[in-house]
Amino acid sequence: MTAETAASQAAQPGGDLTAPGQERGPEVVEVRRGAFGAHGSGDTSGFGGLTRLVQIPGSSPRPYGGWHDAAVDALVEDLQGVGLVQAIEKVIVDRDELTLFIRRQDLATVAEFLRDDQDLRFELSLGVSGVHYPGDQGRELHAVYHLMSVTHGRRIIRLEVTAPDQDPHIPSLVGLYPTQDWHERETYDMFGIVFDGHPDLTRILLPTDWIGHPQRKDYPLGGVQVQFKGASTPPPDVRRNYS
Amino acid sequence: MTSLDQADLDQVTAEFVAQGGDWEEIAEEAARLKEERVVVNMGPQHPSTHGVLRLVLELDGETVRETRVALGYLHTGIEKTMEYRTWVQGSALATRMDYVASIMNEAGYCLAVEKLAGITDRIPERAQVIRVLMMEMARVSSHLVCLGSAGNELGGTTLMTIAFREREQVLRFFEMVTGQRMNNAYFRPGGVAQDLPKDALSWFKGVYGSMVRGMDDFDNMVMVNPLWRARTVGIGQLNLAACMALGITGPMVRAAGLPLDLRKDRPYSGYENYDFEVCTTDTADVYGRYLVRSNEMRESMKIIAQCIDKLEAMGEGPVMIEDPAIAWPAKLEIGPDGQGQSHGHVKEIMATSMESLIHHFKLVTEGFRVPPGQAFHAIEHAKGVFGVHVVSDGGTRPYRVHVREPSYNNLQSMAALCDGGTISDVVVCLASIDPVMGGVDR
Repeated sequence: MTAETAASQAAQPGGDLTAPGQERGPEVVEVRRGAFGAHGSGDTSGFGGLTRLVQIPGSSPRPYGGWHDAAVDALVEDLQGVGLVQAIEKVIVDRDELTLFIRRQDLATVAEFLRDDQDLRFELSLGVSGVHYPGDQGRELHAVYHLMSVTHGRRIIRLEVTAPDQDPHIPSLVGLYPTQDWHERETYDMFGIVFDGHPDLTRILLPTDWIGHPQRKDYPLGGVQVQFKGASTPPPDVRRNYS
Repeated sequence: MTSLDQADLDQVTAEFVAQGGDWEEIAEEAARLKEERVVVNMGPQHPSTHGVLRLVLELDGETVRETRVALGYLHTGIEKTMEYRTWVQGSALATRMDYVASIMNEAGYCLAVEKLAGITDRIPERAQVIRVLMMEMARVSSHLVCLGSAGNELGGTTLMTIAFREREQVLRFFEMVTGQRMNNAYFRPGGVAQDLPKDALSWFKGVYGSMVRGMDDFDNMVMVNPLWRARTVGIGQLNLAACMALGITGPMVRAAGLPLDLRKDRPYSGYENYDFEVCTTDTADVYGRYLVRSNEMRESMKIIAQCIDKLEAMGEGPVMIEDPAIAWPAKLEIGPDGQGQSHGHVKEIMATSMESLIHHFKLVTEGFRVPPGQAFHAIEHAKGVFGVHVVSDGGTRPYRVHVREPSYNNLQSMAALCDGGTISDVVVCLASIDPVMGGVDR
């Protein structure tokens, strides 16, 4: 972006359009120590001192490229109208995909603008996917939404909302996109994210009396003890690994 | 919301009650109201529920008043299992989701992983064409199963035998190319497992004509048949607005008049280089959905013919990305005792080059690393939009894989299709969604 266009955008009513895209560094979601995920083995190789940060990409600088700038501008303009520009926590363009991190209390407002604004028109919801980052303090649970615009060239936008483990509540989008019904039930079933406002938030894939939410990273995998010459095979989640 | 502790686990082991949802409450309420309502439990073991799907139907005479869908009988935790396997092994798990169009699941998974790894542009041309060929064959096979089993459920076993006879040709071709009829694990991140056998294309050209004739047989028998029309025309209406609200994609939304086909709209694997039409109709009923599928098969056959021409014109070439950090080191071949590692490769790593052995060992046991981040890739599956969301933490295994399965989503429309209709139409409506429970429950 040239200095001129930046100045003209900043001069528009409502203030600085680049505000939500403020640069933020990569988000550290986990810190791993040692090698092969093994601990307490009396490792003397020196690899035990390794420290690796697991980082997800940080926010992107303008211009984002392609249709992304215009879409973010249109959304920011809508949000300015209701005084909620800060609803967008950060904007990430990575691998040519646009991700908007949204404050969870504003999710429904943002989704409604995305669905109804004639410049956005993301009419088709492709469901919600949960991701659990136990190391991301206060933002452990992520709900990831993909919306497709049928009107504007089938482009896809991603919304990401976070919630802490201690308060796993995220507003439901069933009122806006009825298709979210089963998708939110699945994410509740697997991650324990409670979608407030869902008409019937019950388990869908697991039996109703199941305890726990199996796709969370802290859910024990169990595994069957297989004995072989006195040794036993640990479950996959506690084995040594390369990740 | 916290994790499990031992007390919880003990409780589960001590008494495990697996009962069905709110079944008892429904029955009690019906008894209390003393109405002439019957609650019928259809499935999970019922031949026409396409696997293990359970429908709870509240009936008033012959009329369906309320439809509830109960799922999960085939939940296998594929998404979670993928988190403990390498990126390449994920292909063998993805293929087991929607087992009627297994190649398509692999395609969606591999394309998403390739996008995440940033290697989409480096997939060899020959691999791209083979992928399109295989995906379109899978689409033909899936639509044939849909049409044939629908015919069977309406009482016409001949329809099933015709459809399954033609599908058999596709499965034979798959077996020739991948070694397996279903659950192929043929697509890998970076390309495909191996090139086509020498005589595969000429064999398929030999059956091409008879397959198209089989489709004509089916159409002549069904599409103008008064019995078939009586059972399908105007049944299970779902207009475009309802489709959008419920996120319905695939033949169902195309039968409602919207040409939503990601092969045209967001081309992948080189679909922009093929000449084909997106089939639509505006009847929005069960008949329209079968018409769309039937026409779509012809378009797929057209694409297959173009693929064969391209492959023959192209000649030999790599089918896996050149990058040795990602490409599977071993080649497969058919030996005297069946398919296995190629003799030349075994000889190289065991007798000639220790470096090759180390490389093979590292890549096969450890796998390759994918840079941290997330990607979403959607393809046009036989059933609709198949989206794969993959997250990497920079390791050799996926941090998270989520599949937006079209059957799972489309099955949500059961209540909208069935409520107010007769019980005999329930099976027709269900068959027109074409759900495969392996994909729905994953």
